Amino acid sequence: MAENNDPRVLILAPGDNVAIAKSDIPAGTALTIMGQAVKLQKKEEVGHKFAFKAVKKGETIVKYGAPIGIATADIAPGESMHIHNVTSDYIPTYTLDEGHQFFKEGH
Amino acid sequence: MINAYLRADGRKGIRNTLVVAYLVECAHHVSREIYYPFRESGVHLIGFPGCFPNVYSHKMMERLCTHPNVGGALLVSLGCEGFNKGKLQETIRKSGRPVKLIEIQGTGGTRKTIAEGKTWIEQTLKQLEDTPRAPMNIDELIVGTICGGSDATSGLTANPAMGRAFDFLVEKDATCIFEETGELIGMEHWMAKRAENPVLGEEIVKTVAKAAKYYATYGHASIGPGNADGGLTTIEEKSLGAYAKSGQSVISGIIKPGDVPIKGGLYLLDVVPDGEPLFGFPNISDNAEIAELMACGSHLSLFSTGRGSVVGSAIAPVIKVCANPATFKRMSDDMDVDAGRILEGRATLDEVGREIYDLILRVANGEQTKSEELGHQEFILTYKSFEPIGPACFPSAA
Repeated sequence: MAENNDPRVLILAPGDNVAIAKSDIPAGTALTIMGQAVKLQKKEEVGHKFAFKAVKKGETIVKYGAPIGIATADIAPGESMHIHNVTSDYIPTYTLDEGHQFFKEGH
Repeated sequence: MINAYLRADGRKGIRNTLVVAYLVECAHHVSREIYYPFRESGVHLIGFPGCFPNVYSHKMMERLCTHPNVGGALLVSLGCEGFNKGKLQETIRKSGRPVKLIEIQGTGGTRKTIAEGKTWIEQTLKQLEDTPRAPMNIDELIVGTICGGSDATSGLTANPAMGRAFDFLVEKDATCIFEETGELIGMEHWMAKRAENPVLGEEIVKTVAKAAKYYATYGHASIGPGNADGGLTTIEEKSLGAYAKSGQSVISGIIKPGDVPIKGGLYLLDVVPDGEPLFGFPNISDNAEIAELMACGSHLSLFSTGRGSVVGSAIAPVIKVCANPATFKRMSDDMDVDAGRILEGRATLDEVGREIYDLILRVANGEQTKSEELGHQEFILTYKSFEPIGPACFPSAA
């Protein structure tokens, strides 16, 4: 199996389908992860996750060698993996979206 | 070897504090006025706000007022609340600690109670100066762990490094406690494999299932908006990171708030109430968990944070381990350990784990943590209810 040789990225366990930014990485950065050429679609902050190979909707997301949720959409290599395209198998995650929206509307 | 404070009941503490405890919110202001002038002299403020009696909160207050780091207690009652103050006073008295109960109504109101309380604190602080010292071995130390303000770096750096420190402590037969079963959802079967025996393993699975049910009832998991902003997507992902705090040791038992392990090892503290979900979210904020760790005898707590929590605690020191390099740069005044160095390639997990272990021993010997220096003494206690633990939860006691 190919190895991750990119020092900007962590793959925590064999079989993981998420890559982790070791520090903030700018949008558009070209990376080679596990033999795959990947271009970041947006800036990835330290600790955030992104796909390095295509993940299909309904596929299990694996990090630390363990399932952390299910893809709710197809995810392309270089695309962020977060609450917009991954959901829990247990209890949904609460976010401040309503609050952010409130401020966007100019209150 | 730790130079500890020896209490009359034989327990050994690493701090020599005097607590002022309000027994209902109505006595909070008076208690704070008594405590405030002495806040840098080892006097801490704790209390329970509810007017209605509750077995859990009573047990918590008994354990906290007789905590090994506590040398005495001033109980402040309004007079008409439901708290069983006589029983609490008797428990503290029997432990050999100086205790005084003042009732605001009987004393004649705010001003007179504050004056009487301060006089007692002044006298008792002098008395505490003569607390005998005794050597304390590492195997007598109880250390709790908690994470707060987590982000995606917590599970990469601070939590696994604290897990290493736990492994070093358990090797020396110290008692280590990890908790928040709501943040172990998804880990239950892995944890069960680490149990001292299969029966305990089954109990671990049940304990986490109870937590999942409780949180589901209240509509969302123990994962906050800040966690998501910090890159944590699901409760399972947060759990994996939180779970790393427990290290690799065998799990010796499950305890509930107020249960003090009788021998060294690694314990899971079940903080989620039993029975039908009644009292809202199991832990309304991080300090509620620290209070429960202290009630189980924790002399100090390890606290990992990625987003940047600033809290400390009344009674027991808190060591803040910062997971995120950017947060450490921004908030280094509040952080005891810079675990983000692991991500930057400037230190290994083992090195930071050893650093945390060494710091635990220095703090146990009196070195002030950052939150202590800054005067953080947060405390919160609310309603809960628990069934006693069954024999399967605590095989070591059999």
